[in-house]
Order: sequence, then structure tokens, then C-alpha cells
Amino acid sequence: MSELIMATGNKAVAAAAKMAKPVVVAAYPITPQTEIIETIADYVASGEMDARYIPVESEHSAMTACIGASITGVRVFTATSSHGLLYMHEMLHWAAGARLPIVMGQVNRTLAPGWNIWAEHSDALSQRDTGWLQVYVSTVQEAYDTTLMAFRIAEDNRVLLPVMINMDGFLLSHIMQPYEMTEPGDFIPPLNLPQKIDVNDPKGYGAMSPSNVHYQFRFDMEKAMRASRTVINETEAEFAKRFGRVYKPIDEYLTEDADVVIVALGTLGKEAEVAADLLRKEGIKAGVMRIRWLRPFPLDMNIKGKDLVVIDRDYSFGFGGVVAGEIQAKYPDAKIARIIAGIGGQEVTYEDMAEFVRNRKMGTEFWFGIPQEEQ
Amino acid sequence: MYEIRIHSRGGQGGVTAARMMASAAVKDGKFATACPFYGAERRGAPIVSFVRIDDKPVRIYSQIKKPDMIIVLDPTVMDTVDVLDGLKEGGKIFINTHDDISFPPGFKVSRVDLTGIALREDLIVSGSPILNTPVIGALARLGLFTRESGVKAITETFTDPRNTNAARAAYDEVII
Repeated sequence: MSELIMATGNKAVAAAAKMAKPVVVAAYPITPQTEIIETIADYVASGEMDARYIPVESEHSAMTACIGASITGVRVFTATSSHGLLYMHEMLHWAAGARLPIVMGQVNRTLAPGWNIWAEHSDALSQRDTGWLQVYVSTVQEAYDTTLMAFRIAEDNRVLLPVMINMDGFLLSHIMQPYEMTEPGDFIPPLNLPQKIDVNDPKGYGAMSPSNVHYQFRFDMEKAMRASRTVINETEAEFAKRFGRVYKPIDEYLTEDADVVIVALGTLGKEAEVAADLLRKEGIKAGVMRIRWLRPFPLDMNIKGKDLVVIDRDYSFGFGGVVAGEIQAKYPDAKIARIIAGIGGQEVTYEDMAEFVRNRKMGTEFWFGIPQEEQ
Repeated sequence: MYEIRIHSRGGQGGVTAARMMASAAVKDGKFATACPFYGAERRGAPIVSFVRIDDKPVRIYSQIKKPDMIIVLDPTVMDTVDVLDGLKEGGKIFINTHDDISFPPGFKVSRVDLTGIALREDLIVSGSPILNTPVIGALARLGLFTRESGVKAITETFTDPRNTNAARAAYDEVII
């Protein structure tokens, strides 16, 4: 094992992007993502990274520049957060629709008003229908490793869809943990974009796609999303084989004999493991399913006979928590206690999560911090 | 798990001190995380940062509420901040001061004049004495990590020998 480095989640994502050798990085700074692109700008300025760094005037332009660069068949990286992601919204659809394997570091942050820079998942979840693959990570090492894997998955010709790596603002973007900066070697094969611009074989891009063909393009995207499940499994298996660190679409902790399972994304899903340990000492058979890949959505959750306590760090007004709602839609028999917690960076500890489990009322929604009579 | 809360002011290097502490513990073969609490901080405002050290990977991301130890890099924050909040019974207090500041009984207090050491070693940046490298020396003396790992944690971040000189001085001068 090589030496462990103390670094933030932001630094690890930047380092992984450097390892992947993108040719173009176009980005706009926003708290708490800024450190990612500052670090990359430093790499480029010092010559450590042989990439064209394009500072732009907005996130919309950042994604547009990424799209323009990507269509020439080169590897492209960017990063954003929160309002920056929302400002990209139109171009997120375009990147996925044009089947461009752009990789983006996305630091999860609350949406205003009022202004709030802390962790929440509403930013990324509001973009869940854009056609991007979405993965949520929980440690600095996982942020690094998953960024490496993201390039290989996005660029696989069975997929050719962009990938968004989500990490919790400050909680992970700014925490320092020891990690191994593994050299990927040939783990990420050269990009071979079939539809790239070729001056010797001119094609039209972004042409009219009338109603008798457009649905075919959209179904092709869905086929690619479905195929990405296989590609993710293969890539995570190959990563484990080469580098010894095991990742799965859902990270499971003590679930096999569990009667009750906490389901969460990101750092909440990691700290939930400590809640499960605490509950098991009390005789409650608890486990954790930390969903990593939310798009494509996991279809093989083993939840039969288990109570699920789903923690949503997000909300869809007039509906409910997004993750709980999606699980219920795909698994109609699932028994779910829906918890809304961590909104706007609200502090949620493993002790709080253990309390969610102890007090769970299946089939109900509970907003952490709101008095019972107002629920 | 050993949990430490650091009190300082924005710009005094509390966050960097947290990183070097965690890094030194990792060099000793431990697991550690360092995190700042990000609020609306600015230069001069009281801030806190956290370090967790354990024999296994740290899986907790929430804030430290019951620290085993508090470190006060700037004693003037005590005018407005209750630095003892949640400190465990028998917990440790380390404070940067040349005065024998009294605390309620039940805690283990140690101190050294980090500011004086920084001034003496000419460890001054933009007119402010640097506290985050000397504190590493003091904490090595208190057994948080080995002296060797403390030195490595400093030198991988700061190459100017005044940093390690100040850390050595703090190591020698801690009053326990």
C-alpha cells in the first residue's frame, strides 16, 4: 500500500481527475466546490496536468464548453454545486441527450432562499431526470476511487452518458481523511467516442429530430442507462480486483439478518453504520443500505421482510422525500418509515438515527426537529 | 475514539493545526479525521475545528459534542465562547498562554506560551504569530502522537525550519 495522504474530499476528486488526464476542464467556482477547480487550476498552471483549463463566466457556459469539447472526442471534466448545478440545468439535458461522457464532481449543497451553503441533496435530486448517472460517495477514499471509475463507466460505449459524482458539502468536501492516491494505470481505457467530430467525415450535430424519431433517441438513452448497471458492476469488480477496494451499487452493512435497515445517501449512510452498531447492542437487529448509484436506480434491493427507515436529505413539496418515494415506487411491498432530516445542513448524529429506528412508525413521514403535533 | 475540539480565531491556523494533528496520528498507524466547522466565519472571528483519532476508520461526520480534549489556541475567545461546553469529566484542556489561567476542578490542564515562542522564533506571517506548528510540538509532548510523526506532519506542509524549531520549543516548554 502506498502512503496515505490527508486530504479533503474536494482535493481527492481533483487528484482523481488529474489521474484520468482530461484534455479539457471548464468550470466556474461555487462554495463548497471551489477547492476542486482551484486545485485543478493549480495542476494546470504548474504543468502537472496537461489540460486546457477554461475559466468561464457561468455554470451554463461551463457545461456548454464541456459539451463542445466532449463532442470532439476528448475526455472532459468539470465540477459544480447547488445553484451552479441548477444554472446548468438546460445543458445537463443536452450533455446526456448528445450522449457525451462528461464527468462532473458535484458537491451537494442546499438551495436558497435563505442562503445556506451546507449539505443537502435537493440540488442533485432535482436533476435526476436529466439522463446523468448519479453516484453518492461517503469517504474521501470513495470520492477518489469513484471519480476514477466514473470516467471508465461514462466512456464505455455501452453507456456514453455523463456521470455526476455527488459528495456532501463540507461534511465530505472539506473533511480531511487519510486516503491512498492510487495510480490508475490503464484502468481507464482511451476514450473512443463514436459520434465525435471528424473533419474528413462531416456530420450535422443538434439537428432537428422530429416526432417520428425523437422517441427513439430517448429510448436509446434508457437502453444505455439499463446497460450501465452491467458496466457499473463490471467496473467496480475490476476496480476491486486491481486495487483491492470493494464497491457495490448499494453499500450494505449488517443487513443479512437485519429486521430494520436505515437507507440513506452519502455521509449519513456512513454514520448510520455507527447507529446500527449502537442498536445491535440494545438487541435491535439493525443494518444499513447506503445507496451509491441512484441513477441507474437499484433494482435488486434485498428488503423482503425488513422495515426500512429511509432518511431523505431532500424534499419534493407536495409529495415527500425523493429517495423514499422512489423505493416505494420500485418496491410496492416495501415497508417504509420516511424521515426528512439533514435539510440545510441540519445536524444529524448517529444517536439521532438510532432514535429514528427506535421510534419508527411504518408508513408515516417524520420531519426531524418539527414537533410531533405539527407533523 | 478520542475526540478533540480546537478553539481559535479565523486566520490563526486552527484548521491547518487540525489537519497536521490528524496526519500525525495517521503516521502513527491510527485512523483520524479533521474537519472545520464552517459557518459565516471570517478573519478574527471565533471558530472551532474537530479532530477524531481512533484505532479503526472514523465513520462519524457530525460535530463533536462531548470532546475528550479541548485546545484553546487563542484564550481571548473565552470572553465570548464557552470552551468547556460538553468537555468530558476528567477531560484535557490545552491552552496557549503564559498565565496560569484557572479552570473549574475535574479537568487536566496544560499550557505553554505558543504566541511567545512564535515571536521568539520569528515565526510571523502578515504580522501575526503562527500558532499551528508550535502547537503540534506541545501536543506530541501530551502524547497525542509521537514526536517523529508530529515533525513529519509539519514538514510535509511547511518547509521553513522555524516551524519545527518552534514546535521543538513548545515540546520542551509545556507545563503539565
